[in-house]
Amino acid sequence: MYTKEMYESMKKVEAAREANAVLEPRRMTAEEKEQLLATYHPDYKQDEFAVLQVGPNKGEKVPTQLAALLQANSRVKELKVDLDKVDYETDVLVIGGGGAGASAAIEADNAGASVMVVTKLRMGDANTMMAEGGIQAADKPNDSPAQHFLDAFGGGHFAAKKELLYKLVNEAPEAILWLNELGVEFDKSEDGTMVTTHGGGTSRKRMHAAKDYSGAEIMRTLRDEVLNRQIPVVDFTAAIELILDENGNAAGAVLMNMETGEILVAKAKTVIIATGGAGRLHYQGFPTSNHYGATADGLILGYRAGAKLLYADTLQYHPTGAAYPEQIFGALVTEKVRSLGAKLINVDGEAFMHPLETRDVSAASIIRECSARGKGIKTPEGEGIWLDTPMIELKNGEGTIEKRIPAMMRMFGKYGIDIRKEPILIYPTLHYQNGGLDITDDCQTTNVKNLFVAGEAVGGIHGRNRLMGNSLLDIIVFGRNAGRNAANQSKNVTVGTLSLDHVEKFAKECADAGIESDIVSPKLLPSYARKA
Amino acid sequence: MSEMVNVFLMGKKYEVPSNLTIMKAMEYAGYELVRGCGCRNGFCGACATIYRIKGQQQLNACLACQTKVEDNMYVATLPFFPLVKQVYDINNVPVTESVMMQLYPEIYSCIGCNACTKACTQELNVMQYIAYAQRGEFEKCAEESFDCVMCGVCSSRCPAGISHPQVAMLARRINGKYLAPKTAHLEDRVKEINNGDFKELIEGLMNKPIEEIKELYNTREIEK
Repeated sequence: MYTKEMYESMKKVEAAREANAVLEPRRMTAEEKEQLLATYHPDYKQDEFAVLQVGPNKGEKVPTQLAALLQANSRVKELKVDLDKVDYETDVLVIGGGGAGASAAIEADNAGASVMVVTKLRMGDANTMMAEGGIQAADKPNDSPAQHFLDAFGGGHFAAKKELLYKLVNEAPEAILWLNELGVEFDKSEDGTMVTTHGGGTSRKRMHAAKDYSGAEIMRTLRDEVLNRQIPVVDFTAAIELILDENGNAAGAVLMNMETGEILVAKAKTVIIATGGAGRLHYQGFPTSNHYGATADGLILGYRAGAKLLYADTLQYHPTGAAYPEQIFGALVTEKVRSLGAKLINVDGEAFMHPLETRDVSAASIIRECSARGKGIKTPEGEGIWLDTPMIELKNGEGTIEKRIPAMMRMFGKYGIDIRKEPILIYPTLHYQNGGLDITDDCQTTNVKNLFVAGEAVGGIHGRNRLMGNSLLDIIVFGRNAGRNAANQSKNVTVGTLSLDHVEKFAKECADAGIESDIVSPKLLPSYARKA
Repeated sequence: MSEMVNVFLMGKKYEVPSNLTIMKAMEYAGYELVRGCGCRNGFCGACATIYRIKGQQQLNACLACQTKVEDNMYVATLPFFPLVKQVYDINNVPVTESVMMQLYPEIYSCIGCNACTKACTQELNVMQYIAYAQRGEFEKCAEESFDCVMCGVCSSRCPAGISHPQVAMLARRINGKYLAPKTAHLEDRVKEINNGDFKELIEGLMNKPIEEIKELYNTREIEK
């Protein structure tokens, strides 16, 4: 399956495997990491960012593609939306059917509110479904929420909003217990002890997993629970604009049927944005590990309604996207592969870095190895670095791969690569939106009332880089909090007159700033059809 | 440039590069997908697809995002299949085979044709996990079905009208909640946190000056 050149390099990898397996590469110092990031991390490429000219974050830089969407035309611009004709009325409107949206819906239901979910694809079509490696929680005797805080705060370059991170780590064990009691299966030993491993940048083994289908197992269980509760789910229906009332508070959304184009109006006392990430915007031309629908819709909706963004200029490039074969270019190769002992090896068979540095550092290090150092392996799409998967079985015994990372074995097996016997080629892939909408610790946006946010659409929980296993965690912790708080707050809300004036006002600001755009947003789906 | 092959998407012929997946071949042909496309990575089951190679009798099932095109491939996507999902309260289900008799009695009409297993896009032993479900062996059913992406192709081929993915979903939830061993250290930790045992430690850390936190981070001990 591999090319001749790849096999030649692979011989060196095999020859050095035993020595590399026992090697403990040095971890970089804080100064080395800073230097590496500044030189090689994509977040530092100034010409890939644009300065926003309008809106609450005017004057700040965000990725060029995001700036274009934030300052584009509304999809309701040419429409005469009749806000008096309300199609759906509910206490809590959840936009997005991933892990955060599902958790929010379940807790809003628990709190006694009427809740409905709208999602532009199907319930469960989300990055949650694709999370492989695991979910963090400090529940072992040698660990504590404080230790978890320290790891995440440092890993995120000390930029996280402390009160959000506090909530994340403090409610982590309860989140795991909640999932387990819903029936989520976790990898456990016979006495019930959780099987936990390291992730990049963790100081304790606190990564809980369900093989390498951790997110899928969580998502399908949450979806099943939403359906059991008979919470209304309106699928293949996108929110294309938020609706505010005359006081500027969130009061619903304009919806669009993705297949028929029908426009619908949903009126709500509180709204939760749980729309996920942005990988399908392909910042800087990177491939992505993200879901088809990851197009930053919630950021666009929120921004136009006046909500502030935080850290929208920082993205996570997962160090190990598949670099070969080309059919799976950019697909996620879970960090758990390294947690289980596989190391990163260059063309000459050298283990050039510690395999469990934080993701931003690892990605930058791989990019340096392939560029400045010229030690990458050529692929049809560019270059890659070896991830020496056979090392896992060398260290942990035969059968480990099939038992612990069956999805990875299947993904490569379909292309004739047996990862138990041959290493695989990886290169960084666009994985996670570190930034998002700015919230207070009740999950409400800092400046639009009755508008809540949960999941990847939030900015500030992780700072400027996220550790593995803290995203599955945040969708549960903040999803639940958002659902509960939005439900409770809805009890004291009287919705005023519905309005889309903010959309017009935003368009006028754009025009006044001299912005002329021929694109509409939110994007909803990427455009992959070949243009003849 | 890769060599070109002929594929028949919903019966219509297109010429596409042979190195593409079925999903990318559809996009190459000009489709803007809404249905039948999800994670594009083999985890969500949105792109269940049935195909037959011209001249062969064998009907195959796959995920469009995970399968390369072949010459003379006749492709039909199955973006939705009407699975039966029964509603239940997970806190109030019998943990015996009687739950299957109540909710999914049709599994006892399985005629053993094994069409489900042959159709599985994940190469799971579907008929076997249904047999485990029939006998109330939920742990085995959970393990055998674990990699299921709920695409529904198995059910489309079933003469007994079984919704296999939903049966397995129920078995996994019962196993995860009731049968798998309880985790004492998790329950203890939740109690400790609710009791405020860690409050002082974490608040003490958070309130330190940033330089001190940096020092603590950079010198922290990492568990081997």
